Amino acid sequence: MEKPDRSLAEEFRRQPIGHHSPELERILFLFRGQGMAGKFVLVEDEPFRKWRLGQLSGRRGDPVKIVSDRVFESVEEAEWEVFKRRWKIHFGEDLE
Amino acid sequence: MQMEGKKIAGYSDKISVAPGESIDFKVSTFKPGRYSARLVRLIHGDMNPEGPGYKEEAVACDFEGEHAGRTQLVHAGSHAIVPGSRRFAGLTDFTLQAIVWPTLPGDGEQALVALWNAGSESGVWLGLDADGALSVTLSNGRQCSTVSTGKPLLSRHWYSVAAVYDRRASTVTLHQLPHKHYARIDDSSTITETVDVAPHITEHTPCVFGGLPTAGESPIGRLYNGRIDRPRLLSAAADLSGIRWREAPKLTGDMRTDVVAAWDFSEGISTDRIHDQGPGQHHGRTVNTPVRAVRGANWTGEEMNWQHAPEQYGAMHFHEDSLYDAGWDTSFSLTVPDGMRSGLYAAHVTYEDDEDFMPFVIRAEPGATRNRMVYLVPTADYMAYANEHMPTDAPLAQLLTDQVSILGRNDRFVHENRHFGASCYDTYKDGEGVCYTSRLRPVLNMRPKYRMWLGGAGSKLWQFNADTHIIDWIEESGFGCDYLSDEDVHEFGEQALEPYSVIITSTHSEYWSKQMRDAVDAFKKRGGRLISMGGNVWYWRVAYHSTLPGLMEVRRAEGGTRAWAANPGEYYHSFTGEYGGLWRRQGLAPQEICGTGFVAQGFDISSYYVRQPDSFDERAAFIFEGIGESEKLGDFGLIGGGAAGLEVDHVDPLLGTPPNTLVLASSEGHTNRYQLVAEEILINFPGTGGEDCPLVKGDIVFFETAEGGAVFSTSSIAFGGSLSHNNYDNNISRMMDNVVRRFLNPEPFA
Repeated sequence: MEKPDRSLAEEFRRQPIGHHSPELERILFLFRGQGMAGKFVLVEDEPFRKWRLGQLSGRRGDPVKIVSDRVFESVEEAEWEVFKRRWKIHFGEDLE
Repeated sequence: MQMEGKKIAGYSDKISVAPGESIDFKVSTFKPGRYSARLVRLIHGDMNPEGPGYKEEAVACDFEGEHAGRTQLVHAGSHAIVPGSRRFAGLTDFTLQAIVWPTLPGDGEQALVALWNAGSESGVWLGLDADGALSVTLSNGRQCSTVSTGKPLLSRHWYSVAAVYDRRASTVTLHQLPHKHYARIDDSSTITETVDVAPHITEHTPCVFGGLPTAGESPIGRLYNGRIDRPRLLSAAADLSGIRWREAPKLTGDMRTDVVAAWDFSEGISTDRIHDQGPGQHHGRTVNTPVRAVRGANWTGEEMNWQHAPEQYGAMHFHEDSLYDAGWDTSFSLTVPDGMRSGLYAAHVTYEDDEDFMPFVIRAEPGATRNRMVYLVPTADYMAYANEHMPTDAPLAQLLTDQVSILGRNDRFVHENRHFGASCYDTYKDGEGVCYTSRLRPVLNMRPKYRMWLGGAGSKLWQFNADTHIIDWIEESGFGCDYLSDEDVHEFGEQALEPYSVIITSTHSEYWSKQMRDAVDAFKKRGGRLISMGGNVWYWRVAYHSTLPGLMEVRRAEGGTRAWAANPGEYYHSFTGEYGGLWRRQGLAPQEICGTGFVAQGFDISSYYVRQPDSFDERAAFIFEGIGESEKLGDFGLIGGGAAGLEVDHVDPLLGTPPNTLVLASSEGHTNRYQLVAEEILINFPGTGGEDCPLVKGDIVFFETAEGGAVFSTSSIAFGGSLSHNNYDNNISRMMDNVVRRFLNPEPFA
């Protein structure tokens, strides 16, 4: 996929879940459909309050790797962090 | 054992008890120390600060207080054991043979068939070496010798394999004979090597299939992944023609010469027994449910039902990660006192900063209850989903939800501790679908407070914990209600429902045995009233084991929305012989029971319903008392923010929606994460998402039955999440209150 317009990242940031434009959906199919090796997940530290970013190895039984100590206090904030990281992986560009 | 975060877990021997009966709880603390235990009645398990919050009622009981904790281990891995025999002990020359279909050759050493003494590490075992080649190990307890063909077997291919021991010649011969040949693939071998070790076999040496007895922490090691068909043990060093001759499914006449044992796994498929057709009757039993009623090496494809050609189903499929019964010792028990209120209860245990709940149903005292309504706790569904691993195993999980999966403590635990067993939404390590599930192990997603990746935005609840939204509403509404588990309905049939005139079901009552389905059908036919509170209901056919408690089977046959597909020829349940798959595929679609059936799913946000013309029919007037003509129904809620969501159902007269059905309201505005279900699609076509496809909607329906009863269906999993909105004062709660009130009124509907 060619590097998309950054306005689509803004669209995601405004509303990470719900109705998306077809262009944003194409990006999300790519991002969310990735295989399990290296897949980002959120590790819940406190229900409804605190999450950290984790990554799977793709091998059953391997502990979930904690990617950083950063604690997210909203799921939306964490979704945006994962989106930015995936954007960098797929399109080589830093958002923000 | 790795215990990332999780410090205590447990399970109970039963899922439902009546006053006077007792239930045992089995707890492991994973390290020494004392833990606390108490009894609670579960009311609301959702801790979302946007909702009413967690609610329980503490109940005094004998086991309340501190207990000494200890680690109880879990040993997964399916295998079969035959006790030792004088005939085994008397062997000098022998031939150990089988036909095998390995699924993970090269994934560590794996034992196919072993005559092995765990303590002295002596005997003989035929298996696969670390590279996946056939090997045999002989040991007298002091010396050990291993011979290997050096040629790895291909995964998912049949091979005739044998180890032939000639004591006088001090040789062992290995045969590795593929049943299918390919150019440039060299996987056939017959080699003979001299060995100076005579295997030590006594009358106490067991014969084990699918693993090797060990004296270590785990009783069985070198677990095998794959199928074994027609194993035989001969008291002679047979040549190749003699080996192949004994591969006949039934041994007759001269074939029986030199036969010590000739196991026939096609006998007793529905049991946990294995049968020896040889003279010594070396019968055995299976452990951790190897999969039976699977195709053998001689399956022709002409017959799909194992009962019609059992000789083609003489294989069992072993898995290193299959678990039936954790087998833990009882930590404490409860005898349910007379007069105890029916409900959903749990033994709650706490250890340091961790806790676990062991939920169970207390049924009403037979003949003593005055409640006319019963809530069916969908324990079959909880078992189907028990310890599922999709967020860590299935790449499509985040596509389905449009969210990054959140893993709580219990999710990480079951991911990292695969020996706690999988769900019928998972595959075994070797990729085969998990068709058996058990509740005799900690089921860590069948818990209050548990949040699940599939539960949409908001509270993120699914199944057990989502169902507490309904329980909480029943409690708040003040309607008297008893509780029954699926297993009660399966075991006692309509008799279990006899005291009641109204059934209320869960958010997602998807799995039904024939006995359960028939009981509800009979209930309706005597004028019973049914409130179907969920989405994707009466969907899969399941079978319970007739003698092993807490064990259920799902064959994902033919079609439908499936996490995996049963192999061709393996669509019939091994437990009962019944044809598996969707009830819809058996001519009994959910529309016949409750008016609607599964049509679309999506797991991001939920939506709302709008009233349809039928809602203004005077027959439905009672349902909409106090609700405005143009009100959106359920445009609020804890599950995805709306009452219509996750999985939604619709009417379809061709699938059995009764002709007198009123479509009261339909949902709209679903996102494109909602997709038409697979069973609605013959030729793929574009535009099957919620934004484009008119079929993507849930229908709230009502109809009367000829016997004076009635049915009301919400057709959405998310529905229950809207009940508590605005302190239970909202149009979803009001509609339910109207329905329950009228349904409890004995006056006939028609």
